[in-house]
Amino acid sequence: MNPLLKVSDVTIRFPSGNRLAARLSGQPQFIEAVLRVSFALEAGKTYALVGESGSGKTTLARAIVGLVPTHGGQIEFNGRRISGLSETQLRTVRREIAMIFQDPVGSLSPRLNVRSILAEPFKVHGETADIDRKVTRLLEDVGLPAHFTERYPHQLSGGQARRIAVARALALRPKLVIADEPTAGLDVSIQGEVLNLMRDLQTKFGTTFLMITHNLNVVRHVADRMAVMYLGRIVEEGNTAAIFEAPRHRYTTALLSANLKPDPDHSAPLIEVEGETPSLLRRPSGCEFHPRCIFGLPVCKVQSPKEQLSGTGHRFSCHNPA
Amino acid sequence: MAEPQGLLEIDNLSVSFRTPRGDVQALRSVSLKMGKGEIVGVIGESGCGKSTLINSTIGLLPSNTGAISGHIRFAGNDIVGMLDRDLRRLRGEKITTIFQDPMTALNPVLSIGTQMIAIQYRRNSSPHEKRLRAVEFLEKVRMPDAEKRLGQYPHQFSGGMRQRICIAMALLTEPDLLIADEPTTALDATLEVQVIRLLRELQRDIGCSVLFVSHHLGAVAELCERVAIMYAGEVVEQGSVRDIFHDPRHPYTRKLLECDPGRILEPRPVLPSIEGELPDLVHIPHGCIFRDRCPDRFERCHERPPVEVIKAGHRAACHRARELASP
Repeated sequence: MNPLLKVSDVTIRFPSGNRLAARLSGQPQFIEAVLRVSFALEAGKTYALVGESGSGKTTLARAIVGLVPTHGGQIEFNGRRISGLSETQLRTVRREIAMIFQDPVGSLSPRLNVRSILAEPFKVHGETADIDRKVTRLLEDVGLPAHFTERYPHQLSGGQARRIAVARALALRPKLVIADEPTAGLDVSIQGEVLNLMRDLQTKFGTTFLMITHNLNVVRHVADRMAVMYLGRIVEEGNTAAIFEAPRHRYTTALLSANLKPDPDHSAPLIEVEGETPSLLRRPSGCEFHPRCIFGLPVCKVQSPKEQLSGTGHRFSCHNPA
Repeated sequence: MAEPQGLLEIDNLSVSFRTPRGDVQALRSVSLKMGKGEIVGVIGESGCGKSTLINSTIGLLPSNTGAISGHIRFAGNDIVGMLDRDLRRLRGEKITTIFQDPMTALNPVLSIGTQMIAIQYRRNSSPHEKRLRAVEFLEKVRMPDAEKRLGQYPHQFSGGMRQRICIAMALLTEPDLLIADEPTTALDATLEVQVIRLLRELQRDIGCSVLFVSHHLGAVAELCERVAIMYAGEVVEQGSVRDIFHDPRHPYTRKLLECDPGRILEPRPVLPSIEGELPDLVHIPHGCIFRDRCPDRFERCHERPPVEVIKAGHRAACHRARELASP
């Protein structure tokens, strides 16, 4: 089966702060926020990208919608190459890929009411016929009453704002929705509601979701497949159930154990990640996780680990896997 | 679990704010006791009054504060009605706070060394001694190259590091009470664990009490001894962590725990949530505050529920608290 989205060997670079100084001091002039990343999304499924802040998740998502350029590798959507397209060419693609941004209230203009916010995607793509009916239907889809069209973002609760953001993303019936931290900042009592809504819409319209999050509990419940990112690379990738059952990369094991259980009798996690995330300007030698890994072997310092397969479609790069 | 005689004793505290819509009754009859050296968690969702509780305790309520009633006794003195001068002393010496966002809590144009020396202004010691002490505390929070990093500015540190600097600064004053306001919310899971362990170690080391405010149930379960659950301006239940997590008696606590995906072992397609919205705190409904969203409501919920004592230290404000035992 052909994947809906195929990311092959993608690298994304940014110029480092002061390029002249970097050149004089012999430091790299670019940082690689995403480094040789490959993965594929099956249509109608939910895929999760997990990792610490700064691991390149959001940058990768922005590259998929064409908001940042890629440097090497390619991104294919629906069998067509979309990396390196011009702005005009991208326009048709953007109809089919929508994004839900991290901060739901911040991503809604405070000066537009819900009607204008939801009408905007239709206007941008010239579908102005019957716009009021379309807006009402969108509100219905996300379970909000029709009179919400008159409200402004500050009159919405966190959960309602999130629903409007979902409605806007779904306006043009995109094939792929990228949701950047869709539940960050939401109370647990509302979190489930938003995730259930996304799942309902997936069942109804067959939407594919790429979810970026560092909430592992959410990933476990909603994602079919997941990739764990560290310093811009995918270090482990596979079926969510398989990874939670038997994580192989030592970073993944640490990450999963840091997931605090709401149970006072559950003892503290045993696997600790030492120190801080290294700077992208000074990537460690060998396995880039080695300075923080408590299971390191001498080889980890000098040689970067090759990707290995573990069962069907579960891959990881570690010299001393769990 | 017996409640130790208090360092902090919040007694029947009510606070309201004046707004154009009317008075928002942000806190209503909140009572909470904290003993010396105790770590108490306050759990609640947005709008439950956590911040108002903290701000009342440090005497930093905003200018639109309306009526305040009740008492906040700290080491025997009542903070409600205390003079600003005395409050400032208290805040600098006895009570310190760590805030959610470690970036905005530090001054971006001063080096952390300057800030860490400045915060010791009440100490009678030379600048050199204060500097050494700053280094000592940075080492306590496991800052590598502490000495060298004193000259650096906040933006040169990562989020986790900045939060540790904030913790070091808070502890430099050797407070009796450390208030941690969602200190791990802005951090990743691995850093969160580090910060929580650090807080616990330092608390043992220095012997201060910690009021840990969070909406992350996992973090509270890991760190705290006692917990208070807040909903819409009231403490609906409080008890030891085991009471709360293993034998919750208030329907809100029970729902909240149920909603936490971390407690649902088998992955499931539909996640639980709490239906309905928070009540309007300008027009407080009669009876139980959670009534409209409660799965266990019955006729009597139109009357304000009594605070039922389940056992020593475990209390829940619900008519059915006694029957709602966990199987």
